[in-house]
Amino acid sequence: MVRHSFAAGLAALTVALSSSIALAQTEVTWWHAMGGELGTKLEEIAAGFNASQSDYVVTPVFKGSYAETLTAAIAAFRANEQPAIVQVFEVGTGTMMAAKGAVYPVYQLMADNNQPWDPAGFLAPVTGYYSDTDGNILSMPFNSSTPIMYYNKDVFEAAGLDREVAPKTWAEVEEFSKKIVESGAASCGFTSGWVSWIQTENLSAIHDLPYGTLQNGFGGLATEFTFNGETQARHWDNLAKWSKEGLFRYGGPAGGADAPPLFYTGDCAIYMNSSASRAGVIANAAGFEVGFAPLPYYDDVIAEPKNSIIGGATLWVLNGKSAEEYAGAAAFFTYLSQPQVQADWHQFTGYLPITNAAFELGQSQGYYEANPGSDIAIEQITRGTPSDNSKGIRFGNLTQARDVIDQEFEAVLAGSKTGQEGVDAAVARGNEILREFEAANQ
Amino acid sequence: MQTKRTIFPNMWLPYGLLAPQLAITLVFFIWPALQAVKSSFEREDPFGFKTTFIWFANYSKLLADPMYLNALWRTLIFAVLVTVIAMGVSLVLAVAVNRLLRSGRVYTTLLVWPYAVAPVVAGILWWFMFNPSIGILSYVLGQMGVTWNHRVNADQAMILIVLAASWKQISYNFLFFVAGLQSVPASLSEAAAIDGAGPFKRFWTIVVPLLSPTTFFLLIVNINYAMFDTFGVVDATTSGGPAQSTNILVYKVYADGFLGLNIGSSAAQSVLLMLIVIVLTVVQFRFVERRVQY
Repeated sequence: MVRHSFAAGLAALTVALSSSIALAQTEVTWWHAMGGELGTKLEEIAAGFNASQSDYVVTPVFKGSYAETLTAAIAAFRANEQPAIVQVFEVGTGTMMAAKGAVYPVYQLMADNNQPWDPAGFLAPVTGYYSDTDGNILSMPFNSSTPIMYYNKDVFEAAGLDREVAPKTWAEVEEFSKKIVESGAASCGFTSGWVSWIQTENLSAIHDLPYGTLQNGFGGLATEFTFNGETQARHWDNLAKWSKEGLFRYGGPAGGADAPPLFYTGDCAIYMNSSASRAGVIANAAGFEVGFAPLPYYDDVIAEPKNSIIGGATLWVLNGKSAEEYAGAAAFFTYLSQPQVQADWHQFTGYLPITNAAFELGQSQGYYEANPGSDIAIEQITRGTPSDNSKGIRFGNLTQARDVIDQEFEAVLAGSKTGQEGVDAAVARGNEILREFEAANQ
Repeated sequence: MQTKRTIFPNMWLPYGLLAPQLAITLVFFIWPALQAVKSSFEREDPFGFKTTFIWFANYSKLLADPMYLNALWRTLIFAVLVTVIAMGVSLVLAVAVNRLLRSGRVYTTLLVWPYAVAPVVAGILWWFMFNPSIGILSYVLGQMGVTWNHRVNADQAMILIVLAASWKQISYNFLFFVAGLQSVPASLSEAAAIDGAGPFKRFWTIVVPLLSPTTFFLLIVNINYAMFDTFGVVDATTSGGPAQSTNILVYKVYADGFLGLNIGSSAAQSVLLMLIVIVLTVVQFRFVERRVQY
C-alpha cells in the first residue's frame, strides 16, 4: 500500500514537472483567415518557428473569412479575450490605424524587444500601405497580393487563338471572349473575383484615376470617394453588357465564391483574381495548362498602365497581453522576415515576396525562370512610378464601402441602373459610411 | 365555481418558486434588451474606446434611409410567404399522414428530420443545390430552359430564401398539426358523415375550427420565426444579395452590427424590429384570437 502510493506520488510529480516545462513555453495566439492550401502552409510556418526555438509556441487559429476574423478580433478585444497577433486584410487597415489604444505598432514592438527591424528591406509598395504619416510601419507585412489574370491555354487553342498570347487590353478581352464563346471552346469568356477590389479599386489605380480625395484617403479622415468617373462607369456598363452577351460571368459579391469553380471546371477561359489564388489554381487546374498575365486596361484611356495596388493582409499586434507574449511575437516576426521563410511562402502561395531579400533569393534560385508567370504580380505592382492615384487606398470602414460597391454593381448587372448611376450611388452611399467613421473616430 | 380555489398561507413560496425563471428572463432577455435600447442612442467606434450619446440620430437616419424602408417591405413579403407556405404545406402533409394508420409513424419521423438541421446547414444545402455554377437543381432548370442565377436575379434570390426558410419550418408545423388532428374526435366526423357531409365539408366545418388553437399558435410562432430565426438561412444562401434584394431586417441587424461594426445603428434596428414584432403579436392576440375556439 505504501509502495503503491509512493509510485502514484512519483507519477504525479512527473506530470507536474512536465507540465511546468510546458508552461515555461509562452503561448502566442495567432488568429488568421487562411483556409485551404494557404492555411496548411501557414500552419507549416508556425510549426517551423516552434521547432526553431524552445521559448515560445505560436498557435495559429483559423477564424473564417477576413471580415469574420477582423470582427472576431474586435469582439474579443472588447471582451478582453484578444489574441496577441491577428491577421487583418488591407481593407481593415483604416479601422486598425484609427484604433490607437488597441494596437501595439510593430516598429515599436520590435524596438522594445531588441529585434532587428529594417523598414528599407521590405518591398516599398507594401510598406507604404501600412505606415503612419511619419513612415513607421504599424503592422507586420505578411501576405500581400495583387490581382492578375489567369487563362486557360487549352481553351485558347481550341478557340483558334495563340495559346501563348493573353489579352492585353479590355478590347482584346472582349474580342478573345467572343471567339471563345462562339467557337464553343468554353461557355464563357471570363470571370472575376472581388469586383470591388479588382474591377473598381485596381481599375482606378491602373488608369491613374483618383479613387478618393486626400490622396485616396492617406491624407486624413475627411476624405471622400471619387471613383464615379467616366472610365469606371464605362467599365461597369461594359461588364453588364458582356454579362448579357454571355462573355462575362459574375462570381458573386465580396471575394466572389463562384468565380474559382467557373475557371477550374473550364466554363470560363479567363479568370481575374489575386496573385495568391495561384496555389489554388495550380492545385485545381489539373486538366489544362494555365497562363498568367497582367490585368487588362483601356488603351484609349491610358497608354502606359500604372502599377496595380495590393490586397492581402498584415499581422497586427493587439494591446493587453503580457511582456513574454510580446517577446514571442517579436521573435516570430523576425523569423517570418527571413528570406528563406518569405521566399517559400511567396513561391508556394503566389503572394508577393515581402522583402527584397526574398525576391532576390527567388531569383538566385532560378524560381522565376522555372515557373513562368510567377513574377507577373511583382512586375505589375512595381512598374512605372506610383502616382497619388496608384499608391494605394486607405479608408475607414472600407469593408462596408465594398459591400455597397457590390450591391450597386449587382444593380447595374441586373440592368436596373446604368454604370454611371451605379458608381454615383456607390460614391454617395460610401461617403455616408466615411462620415460615420469620421464621426466615430474624431 | 370559485369555491375550489386553494389559498396558500405562505406569502414567499410562490415568489421563491418563480425566482429562477424570473432571474433567467432578467439576465438573458430583459437586460440585453435594455442594453440594445441604450446602444441605439449612442455612437461608438468598433473597439469601444469612445461612446457618444447622440439622441435619436440613429433612428432618424434609419427612417430616412430608403434602403431600410425597402428592407422593411421585403421582410413583410418574406414573412407572409414563409408563414403561408410553411403552414400550408405542413397542414397538407399532416392531413395526409393522419389518414394513414399503419405507416403514419414512419412518415412522421421522416418529416420531422429537417427540423434537426441547423439553419446555416439548411441554407448551405439550398445554396449548394441552386448554386449557379455547380448546383444540381440550377443545372436541371437550365436543361429545362430556365436560367437560374440568384446572384444576379433578385426574384430568384427571394424564391431561394423563402424555400429554404419554409422547408426548415415545415417539420415543426407538421408535428403540431398532426397532434392537433389526432385530438379531433373521430365521432364528430362520423356523425357528420352519417348526416351526409362530404370529406371537404367535414374538414372545413369540423376539423378546421377544432384546429384553430393550433393554427393560431403556429401563426405567431411562424411569424416570429420568419422575422428572427432566418438570419442563418439568409447568410448561408444569399448573404442578403443581390443588391440587397434579400436583405431582410434581421439579417440587416446582423450585417450592420457584426460585419459593419456599426453598433449604434444595428441596436436601433433591433429595437425597431422588436417593436414591430410586439405590435404584430398584440394585434394577433386582440383580433385573430377572437376567431379561435378553444
